[in-house]
Amino acid sequence: MTDTSLADAPGTTTAQRPFLVVDDLRVHFPTDDGLVKSVDGLSFELRRGEILGIVGESGSGKSVTAQAILGLHKGSKAQVSGRILLDEQDLVPLSENDMRGVRGDEVSMIFQDPLSSLHPFYSIGNQISEAYLVHNKVGKKAAKQRTIEMLQKVGIPNAAGRYDDYPHQFSGGMRQRAMIAMALICQPKLLIADEPTTALDVTVQAQILELIKELRDELNSAVIIITHDLGVVAETCDQVVVMYGGQCVEKGTVDELFDRPEMPYTWGLLGSMPRMDRVRQERLTPIPGSPPSLINVPKGCVFNPRCRFSDRVEGRRCFTEHPDLLETTGSTDPRVRHQVRCHIPPAERQEILLTEIRPTL
Amino acid sequence: MIRFIVSRLIGMVLVLIVVSLVTFLIFQAVPLLAKSSPVYYYIGKAPATPELLKTLTHRFGFDQPLPAQYWSYLAGFFGKSITDGTSAPVQCDFPCFGYSFRRNELVSTLIVQALPVTISLCIGAAILWLVGGLLVGTLSGLKPGSFTDRAGMTGALAAVSLPIFFTGPVLLLVFVYTLGWLPDNGGYVDITVNPAQWFLSLLLPWVCLAFLFAALYARLTRSNVLETMGEDYIRTARAKGLDRRTIVVKHGLRAALTPIVTIFGIDIGSLIGTTIITEQVFNLRGLGTLSIQAISSLDLPVMLGVTVVAAFALVVANFIVDLLYAVIDPRVTV
Repeated sequence: MTDTSLADAPGTTTAQRPFLVVDDLRVHFPTDDGLVKSVDGLSFELRRGEILGIVGESGSGKSVTAQAILGLHKGSKAQVSGRILLDEQDLVPLSENDMRGVRGDEVSMIFQDPLSSLHPFYSIGNQISEAYLVHNKVGKKAAKQRTIEMLQKVGIPNAAGRYDDYPHQFSGGMRQRAMIAMALICQPKLLIADEPTTALDVTVQAQILELIKELRDELNSAVIIITHDLGVVAETCDQVVVMYGGQCVEKGTVDELFDRPEMPYTWGLLGSMPRMDRVRQERLTPIPGSPPSLINVPKGCVFNPRCRFSDRVEGRRCFTEHPDLLETTGSTDPRVRHQVRCHIPPAERQEILLTEIRPTL
Repeated sequence: MIRFIVSRLIGMVLVLIVVSLVTFLIFQAVPLLAKSSPVYYYIGKAPATPELLKTLTHRFGFDQPLPAQYWSYLAGFFGKSITDGTSAPVQCDFPCFGYSFRRNELVSTLIVQALPVTISLCIGAAILWLVGGLLVGTLSGLKPGSFTDRAGMTGALAAVSLPIFFTGPVLLLVFVYTLGWLPDNGGYVDITVNPAQWFLSLLLPWVCLAFLFAALYARLTRSNVLETMGEDYIRTARAKGLDRRTIVVKHGLRAALTPIVTIFGIDIGSLIGTTIITEQVFNLRGLGTLSIQAISSLDLPVMLGVTVVAAFALVVANFIVDLLYAVIDPRVTV
């Protein structure tokens, strides 16, 4: 996908320079039971026009990452460290007040459940135009005009007539469209969609993803899609970060990750995904066990309690030594960066993938 | 909207009919079951002779079958002529609650005299407790665990635990009899007579009554605010880049305070019952004092009248709250 983004805008620096750089991000929550390390040393980069998927189970730190980028942890007890560079400006040290100017304007977010994310007492139009008014010095009339325009753009029929409708009068898909209109009304350069399709049925899901892609093309925004649905990732994303236990365990381009996954957790995720394009297997293969406690993170590799392959590593290193996120040697294209956090030697990983994993997928 | 109002009005009338039936049964039918006569409670004493009892029983219609008695009781609200047979008949116009032979006064006259006191007391106290309770509750709810929160909730707990018959005399002792900041005017001064005096005479009763309710409202508001500020739509509001004030006031409080409107309606309606102690402590001659006197002197017509007025207040308050609710919450269709 790096090829296309280079081809898209030849010569312009913005296309090559990462627009968002997350560097060693840590979000820790002190609680009575101990320090919850929701995100622990996450790094990734994103260019404008690209879509990054962050995948992982519930509690892997996906949403916490998104909220950290938006600075929503400010004012809470959370301890955020590391750097979040948005267009070379670090957002982590910004005050709540300075961050407010960024939120909704340069970076905006689509939330998972549009019904609970919209205020039940205010009309859709009021809520969307509010987002526009706060960042633009315009009158209410202009804001209304702009809101109706946005509602039309996201495919709400009779947008002007529905301006004064309340969230409960919208269907689920329409509400999510309204949320998208709200998120995009200030033409953000970075859009974060936190499980945007989880609450929606499959046909609407496809429409919503299509809409996000269209708007990405139109605004040339960078997009982060947070999901646990690998189908969504395969359909929309350019880059993927696989998160587990608050850490990135594997990342790379979408083709690379689906063709040559190397981390046992990614194998597990792919194995538990229903495939329409393959002959149906007997059953899907779930990953045994459950996600780790973020207070007592397992020693060594976070995934070791659930990993089927930890016995293939010499000297129990999986249980004693925390693996680094390293470049794989498998890819032939030097521009495809594919990193894996695993102790299994690369050659053996590819061997396991070919002989044991691929046939079961 | 009009359909809603009409249907609620019909509902109100039905509730009032039920109330009248219940009060009728309690006050007129129960004495009959106890082989006593309502006449005692009507005239407030035992008739001198058995013949007189018989005459009065007939005159007040207590010898008729119960349904017929209930009917004349209902019809009586719309006006009737009352006489005890010896003095000139008294014309009692709508709304007629009967005649107190104990006090030689129409019940409606007694109620009209007492009502301004109780209404002044209720409205002033309601304003105080709403402002105080919501303020403390909101501040606490926005910063749970903070000093403000702990102080507010400790105060609320203390206020809930202290009864008016304790706080009332203490306040009187301190502010009237020791410090002398407030006049010892021995009760209520009507607002039309002297607004300043009216205010001063009611200040302590207001504070006393409001204290109790403010504590409850503070706790309620705190939990509502706490819950609302954790809602997804508050996160959305932050994600839009709104300032704290807009988030708290427009998005938070609007949702957090809506349920309180309901509680407030019920409380203000039932306040007439709650004011009894306050009126006693501060020597205010309102509906509370009136009903206490009626009960202690077995003055049945007055008891009936106060009960019906209190029920009416409750029903009207609930009606207004329902209307308000439909305005506040767009999900409530009217």
